Amino acid sequence: MTTRWFGQRVQRVEDDRLLRGHGRFTDDINESGERALESCFVRSPFAHARIRSIDVSAARAMPGVVAVYTAADLPFGQTDLPILIPHPNLTHGRTQRCLASEVVRYAGEAVAFIVADSRYVAEDAADLVEVEYEQQPVVITPEIAARAEHLVHDDVPGNVAAEMLQEVGDVTPALAAAPHRKRLRFRFERGAASPMEARAVWARWSKSESKLTVYDSTQSPTSIRGGLAVLFGLPESSVEVIAPDVGGGFGPKIMLFYPDELLVPFAAMQLGRPVKWTEDRQEHFTAVNHERGQVHDVEVGFDDEGRVLALSVDFIHDAGAYTPYGIILPIITAGQVPGPYRVPNYRVRFRDVYTNATPTSPYRGAGRPHACFVMERTLDAIALEIGLDRAEVRRRNFIQPDQFPYDVGVAWQDGNTVIYDSGNYPALLQKALANLGPRPAGDHVGMGLGMYVEGTGVGPYEGAHVQVLVSGKVVAATGIPSQGQSHATVWAQIVADELGVDMADVEVTSGDTRRFPWGVGTFASRGAVTAGNAMAVAARMVADKAKHIAGDHLEVDAADLELSGGEVRVKGASDRGIPLAAVAVLANPVRYAFGGGTEAATQFATRSRPGPPLREGEQPGLEATGYYSPPGSTWAAGCHAAYVRVDPKTFRLEILKYVVVHDCGRVINPLVVEGQIEGGVAQGIGGAFYERLAYDAEGQLRNASFMEYLMPYATEVPAIEIDHIETPSPLNPLGVKGAGEAGVIPVGAVLASAIEEALGTPITEMPLSPLKLFELVKNRS
Amino acid sequence: MKVNGVVHPAPGDPRRLLSDHLRHELGLTGTHVGCEHGVCGCCTVLFDGMPVRSCLMLAVQAEGHEVTTIEGLAADGAPLHPVQQAFHECHALQCGFCTPGFVMSVVGLLAQHPSPTEEQVGEGIAGNLCRCTGYASIRRAVHRAGELSRK
Repeated sequence: MTTRWFGQRVQRVEDDRLLRGHGRFTDDINESGERALESCFVRSPFAHARIRSIDVSAARAMPGVVAVYTAADLPFGQTDLPILIPHPNLTHGRTQRCLASEVVRYAGEAVAFIVADSRYVAEDAADLVEVEYEQQPVVITPEIAARAEHLVHDDVPGNVAAEMLQEVGDVTPALAAAPHRKRLRFRFERGAASPMEARAVWARWSKSESKLTVYDSTQSPTSIRGGLAVLFGLPESSVEVIAPDVGGGFGPKIMLFYPDELLVPFAAMQLGRPVKWTEDRQEHFTAVNHERGQVHDVEVGFDDEGRVLALSVDFIHDAGAYTPYGIILPIITAGQVPGPYRVPNYRVRFRDVYTNATPTSPYRGAGRPHACFVMERTLDAIALEIGLDRAEVRRRNFIQPDQFPYDVGVAWQDGNTVIYDSGNYPALLQKALANLGPRPAGDHVGMGLGMYVEGTGVGPYEGAHVQVLVSGKVVAATGIPSQGQSHATVWAQIVADELGVDMADVEVTSGDTRRFPWGVGTFASRGAVTAGNAMAVAARMVADKAKHIAGDHLEVDAADLELSGGEVRVKGASDRGIPLAAVAVLANPVRYAFGGGTEAATQFATRSRPGPPLREGEQPGLEATGYYSPPGSTWAAGCHAAYVRVDPKTFRLEILKYVVVHDCGRVINPLVVEGQIEGGVAQGIGGAFYERLAYDAEGQLRNASFMEYLMPYATEVPAIEIDHIETPSPLNPLGVKGAGEAGVIPVGAVLASAIEEALGTPITEMPLSPLKLFELVKNRS
Repeated sequence: MKVNGVVHPAPGDPRRLLSDHLRHELGLTGTHVGCEHGVCGCCTVLFDGMPVRSCLMLAVQAEGHEVTTIEGLAADGAPLHPVQQAFHECHALQCGFCTPGFVMSVVGLLAQHPSPTEEQVGEGIAGNLCRCTGYASIRRAVHRAGELSRK
């Protein structure tokens, strides 16, 4: 079979309806004649308080209000929401309840839920809910949490949810014996993913059919379905969850269950009418999970040549008020610090500490930007200390292309250890430096460099269903939804190649449990690896089946057939073949011809072989369901390099040139991968220089709006030059690795490196800002 | 109020936002709401031909005026408007949520500057946030839309 679509710069099939304004996002779902009730939350204005009383009587009495719920009104009101990823080291995991009734532990925690004829009325009613709070001492910032002068949870000593220590080699003697030692401290503040579509849920309960239908802007409809089935005691077959068009995810929409994801379906079942909830931007800032708050203490030992001999990293992760997502973020950081370098002795300890802030869970990058920052800044510090070129220090520490698979020896987020499958790190660096070119003239110009690896394509699995219809058209479905990653295009490319059909004949559905009920979700740069390979597996099963059926029909051995041009053909004899549409007909022996050429499969039509119409063990239809469960993660890698200029008076940052060389194995669609990288770098620039969630000591988020939380506009993002190398993954049939998060990971390290050189001031924290740079320069002088 | 060339009755609720009116009364859900405080630009529509934020206006303020939404640029089944076509060709959208607002802003920009300079492109789209693309492809799309419009 010749590959035709894989690797091509194919334009997207999803664009047309989105461009015409015919996208279907969760807030657009209201179907004709079935207008949903609308809802809103009453949320805690305080970061830590005991609730003395809640009075909803005035709200309930308001015309247009249909229902007001507090914890006391819910059968699951006293149930803690699940810890999604339990871990033995998470000794003090805590989760919130759907609606708080005793204690609130972050500003924005939900207290009451109001359903009304319209959102306008619901918000009016929310103002009438009287909640009496008794404020408690507030714990904000991870350093203050670690001092444990006050507790976020009375029963969690030291505010420590989890502690984990890992060691490879023997760090203490190796540090003691090292010719050079250096201690460094690196600090990251909180940031937010801020997808342009905030979250939304729409639910309908059909009593007569005993069927719950939920539209949810989630990254994991299959998990939502499982959870709702358990909560409401329904068989999973009675619950349908659809992630329709989702307006960006970037991580926080993989978190579940946000209170609305339970309350909206619950209210719809109770009230017997569809109910919807759409988040507004202000509540998104505090009700949706954050990330990025970590403080790292590093000690590194190295030799005269700049080779790392031992590395000790001790860090605290700001969990926020609860740990629903477990300790995945610090586990990822711990596993990814060594990056593309040999670290013969590595010790990493983290503590996951509670604060009175919004909980954390992965946001694009998910612990990796910190890991990259720690390692890259450490290597820059080594280079500075011994007067070596920054690129040369990296060259001397690289894992070499002949050392794969390479076992780093520490834990990975999938339960395995970190084992790199393939890569060529020296080639990435060489290409990036060549593409970066000579340094621009002028003062206050700095060069920055950052290398990273990214564990992508984690399991446990994804699946796909592929069917050739009797029309010859192909439908394909997988459980994971798209939030802009172009699944409908790239899955169609994969399936079209396997079946030898035109891409335009393949229609993809993703994230709809009615079409594919199994799977995990879209996160951790895993879609192309897991669902992409599942598509290939399922399509190959269909191709095999087609060859067997066509072989019977053509009286040719299946091994002598190939799929091409929408037909099953005899290899080397393109005039001998049968259209796939006809094979689809033959795949389903029928008694009653129902059109579409199905008379060819009725009982008096010519039979191609003796025996029962459906061969023993065979299923009807030219379709198959296939799964792909990765044996381990695929490790993408890359190098970013940049020149910047910093204005010495205003400290305005100007990015003069920014180059990316990226390796995600075999590239399915360069257009899509480059779009992912460009978007990731822009998000990285925001996170490095503009975006900071500014909590005050009282636990109030002071910049919960787009007026004050500064996401980059077009005017802040420079042109980005992208280049690729391809080291295919040996772990999966397509040889692909993930690409979704790559763009964002090294940006902080690159800009810190460049700004440090431009200003001659050490940069050890993220994010920066003109004011921060002014202070750093002032404090130094 | 005339929306996409069709006259509609006056909005009933005086406090209804124009964005909510378009989406939930007229069913024109292509206009998206990203922030409701006038910063993200997702809700941009043309108001008497000029790009405006429909979340910062009351529906009643549109009485006697002409509003064009994303649905008004190309009829169903008809070819895409040059700006829409350029966004497609240049991969200037990923999730598509900010896209209608960008497209309407760019239609307004090209009406003013049919062959915009790089700086005019930057200024013309600097009122719209996109979290997916990193803007490079949108910049390319604006130039391409200019080309297509001039053809």
